[in-house]
Amino acid sequence: MRGTLAREPRALARLVSGVENRTPGWEDAMKALYPHTGKARILGITGPPGGGKSSLTNRLTAGLVDRGHRVGVIAIDPSSPFSGGALLGDRLRMRDVSTAPGVFIRSMATRGSLGGLCQGARDVARALDAAGYDLVLIETVGVGQDEVEIVKAADVVAVVCVPGQGDGVQALKAGIMEIADVYVVNKADRDGADQVAADIGAMLALSGEDTTDREMVFPTNSLSGEGVEPLTEALLDRAARVEHAPERVSERAREEVLLLVEREIARRVRAGLAEDPRLESAVEGVVTRRSDPYSAAEALLGLFGRMEVVTGE
Amino acid sequence: MTPDRKLRVLVAKPGLDGHDRGARVIAYGLRDAGFEVIYTGLRQSPEQIAREAIQEDVDAVGLSILSGAHMSLTGRVLDLLREQGAEDIPVLVGGLIPDQDREALCELGVAGVFTAGTPISEVADFIQSHAGA
Ligand SMILES: Nc1nc2c(ncn2[C@@H]2O[C@H](COP(=O)(O)OP(=O)(O)O)[C@@H](O)[C@H]2O)c(=O)[nH]1
Ligand SMILES: [Mg+2]
Repeated sequence: MRGTLAREPRALARLVSGVENRTPGWEDAMKALYPHTGKARILGITGPPGGGKSSLTNRLTAGLVDRGHRVGVIAIDPSSPFSGGALLGDRLRMRDVSTAPGVFIRSMATRGSLGGLCQGARDVARALDAAGYDLVLIETVGVGQDEVEIVKAADVVAVVCVPGQGDGVQALKAGIMEIADVYVVNKADRDGADQVAADIGAMLALSGEDTTDREMVFPTNSLSGEGVEPLTEALLDRAARVEHAPERVSERAREEVLLLVEREIARRVRAGLAEDPRLESAVEGVVTRRSDPYSAAEALLGLFGRMEVVTGE
Repeated sequence: MTPDRKLRVLVAKPGLDGHDRGARVIAYGLRDAGFEVIYTGLRQSPEQIAREAIQEDVDAVGLSILSGAHMSLTGRVLDLLREQGAEDIPVLVGGLIPDQDREALCELGVAGVFTAGTPISEVADFIQSHAGA
């Protein structure tokens, strides 16, 4: 904790592991850290696999460092559903900045539970914040609704689309639109980039959102760096606006607190019932059809006492 | 709740030779054995490797070296880890390592040497037994 605040990389890295693994004591560490956070702005970068998110993150980070920022990067890749292991290769594309002073890159695997990851990424971002990284980039594969959850931790979200990949604009239909603050058409050096940009523009026009005061679509080439500069400007500009959007901030805080409560209740329920013979007999009742799942659940719910909060009923 | 601790391994390829097939095989193999593998590819400098190992808080570093420069490269990585207070991270070396250099590498502080053809399960067991002691 103290090492993190003193900006010692090893101490920060270990704190991140503790938070990621939910090692006993992680909550106390986060509580102690919280007063030292709130200075960093979090930028989420999401889009289909292979879209160039890591390459773009590399470029963005380099530009931000040049502007005098300290940049933390959280690069998230999926865990293998078969082994639970993961191959985390994002750093491969971030070599220009991997030894730059003032840059801290951390690879994270999704580890199955996305709800957990969402909070985990948020906590890791806070650790980076406390360690003096004033901008935190979260790179995550965004193909489904689940991954979209992760970037909710971000102040500003860039959705990366690419030409020649059907799921570019497809992904937008899957609910990403609500979270995108800017759209990046990466691989703008390729044929079809203009078309993708036009498609997004058309979609935005249909959505009826008033975007006349700001550019929404940014073509980039993450290999040459072309287009990254205006994108950087836009991201910083949006990030600065967040301070003046108290609704968004309190909505996020509300969601976070609710989620923490929800998960803890779920954990207690499972832990509490795991060894309880009453669960076993309830299960048996359902299996033998003496009872039904609904009555069984009702009976077990009775074990958890009266909640002080008025329930939905 | 028992914390969901996953072992993390950095697989890196220092030096100038241009083949990372061996390193990839190890990376995929360890993933399939349940490890979180941070793979950083070809031509990594010892400085990059040490920094990555620390930032990623890995339980082990695997260096794949085919160039013949294993003594100097490995020594440099170990020195840098030591300088940054991370000498407790075990460093494994794999690739083309002549028998007579094995002992010298271990004297430098390498935790284990695995030449090409070592079954992944052996590497996995080794990391498991050295991690988080
Ligand atoms: N032509 C072109 N290729 C790119 C561009 N950005 C990334 N790539 C390539 O696309 C591939 C995937 O990039 P990566 O950054 O790993 O994508 P990610 O999976 O979204 O993180 C790599 O081979 C990159 O070199 C770009 O702007 N133009
Ligand atoms: Mg990537």
